[in-house]
Amino acid sequence: MTRIAALAPSEALPGFEVGLRDAAPPGAPLTARGLVKRFGDKIVLNALDLHAPAGQFLAVVGRSGCGKSTLLRLLAGLDEADGGRISFGDREINDAPRLARVMFQEARLLPWASVLANVEVGLGRARGSGRRLALDALASVGLADRVGDWPSALSGGQRQRVALARALVSRPRFLALDEPLGALDALTRIEMQHLLEAAWRRERFTAILVTHDVTEAVALADRIVLLEDGAVALDVTINLPRPRSRGTAEFGAIVDRILGRLLRSA
Amino acid sequence: MTRAASVDFDSSTDAAGARSRRAVAAVASGASKWLVPALVVALWQGASGFGLISDTLLPAPTSVLAAGWRLTRSGELAANIEISALRAIAGLVVGGGIGLALGLANGLSKLSENLTDSTLQMIRNVPHLALIPLVIVWFGIDEGAKLFLVALGVFFPLYVNTLHGVRSVDPQLIEMARSYGMSNGALFRRVILPGALPSIFVGLRYALGVMWLTLIVAETIAAQSGIGYMAMQAREFMMTDVVVLSILIYALLGKFADFVARFLERVCLPWHPAYKKL
Repeated sequence: MTRIAALAPSEALPGFEVGLRDAAPPGAPLTARGLVKRFGDKIVLNALDLHAPAGQFLAVVGRSGCGKSTLLRLLAGLDEADGGRISFGDREINDAPRLARVMFQEARLLPWASVLANVEVGLGRARGSGRRLALDALASVGLADRVGDWPSALSGGQRQRVALARALVSRPRFLALDEPLGALDALTRIEMQHLLEAAWRRERFTAILVTHDVTEAVALADRIVLLEDGAVALDVTINLPRPRSRGTAEFGAIVDRILGRLLRSA
Repeated sequence: MTRAASVDFDSSTDAAGARSRRAVAAVASGASKWLVPALVVALWQGASGFGLISDTLLPAPTSVLAAGWRLTRSGELAANIEISALRAIAGLVVGGGIGLALGLANGLSKLSENLTDSTLQMIRNVPHLALIPLVIVWFGIDEGAKLFLVALGVFFPLYVNTLHGVRSVDPQLIEMARSYGMSNGALFRRVILPGALPSIFVGLRYALGVMWLTLIVAETIAAQSGIGYMAMQAREFMMTDVVVLSILIYALLGKFADFVARFLERVCLPWHPAYKKL
């Protein structure tokens, strides 16, 4: 009952009923303790602690060079920390590839593979009966009619939608988003934000979104963490009802508060 | 009403006219490419006919065609083309295969690269045709000599371009594939090899040029069969028509090999913007 209710507001976008296969596995709770990352003499992450409960949509904002992308790369298992521990529930980071998926700023599609084959990459080693799943994932991002195309025939927004389908096809329990909408135009961005939110509400994974766009963070996240000098400087919980309207006074107040803090840290 | 209809009628005849004009233009542009070669052949034939060019120095096109017909009927031409083609293919498979394998190995493994790359780069600076005297001492003038020279000639273009292709695969794609848990085998098959393929094809087409060049030199210097041998034999007896014919056959074989390589590129790289179907 709650699932249906949660899905109802997204009817304006194509193909979301596809997601109603079976109950999604719960997201993985994420815990990072005392994370340290250095590049040469520069300390990028300074004993950072962060906990995201299962299924939370957490946004990380901060000025360029604050360490937000570095943090995401550590959480996604792309780089190794110089100190500290990361765990997903009762599992260590080493198991992460099976739980975690990453969406990069660039779509990173294989140019020599069809749209469908690119989504099948997301199934990892467990391919085989994956065709059906890949088709469903493509339908859920509204690209069911482009399965046979080469990535070069798609627009930037469509490529990012394929990348989203690829990230979601294995039903991850943790999704790391490294400014995935940064290179898109304003309208496509908003469309992608709706798509992302709908996917998160459907699949209930834990999501960490790194972004420089505070409005985007407030529109999507349950909670916003502001990084400064490699540590958490501000931690705000957003209790606005979904779907969120950007025009409301509360929305504007939260954006102002975070922007104000960001500007002060200059 | 009538006016609207007549406007419609006009625009449709306009469209048809534009279409036929475009077709004519396409044919004209296709034909114009052949205009100069045709003119040259006609001048050559004319000059030979009027005795301006000595038939022993440069026989007329018709004499070359006649020589071609004569040798085709005797079976000599087909036999020589066959042996030359076999040598070329054998050398390409051996030398190109080793070049491809070493290029992939050195692109993928730092150890392999450290062991072999600088040695190979040193050898690359030796012009392979300079080895002919040595090769004759080693192998005499039998098939081994030709195979060795062609293989050595095609090795480097394939090696260098394969290595470059593997190295230039987008590291972001490799990172993506790893984060999706791709095994090393899958990473090679699905990311690295397809990413290196355009560059490998560049190497192949370059290698084909070197292949024919090496074979021509090897066959004219040390051979008892093949197109090059046929040309050298004909020179002994001042049969310049056969010499010119041999040169033309080499040109046609080279063109054919390039055509095959282009065809393979089209088949293997359908995703590549350069080969996209229009």
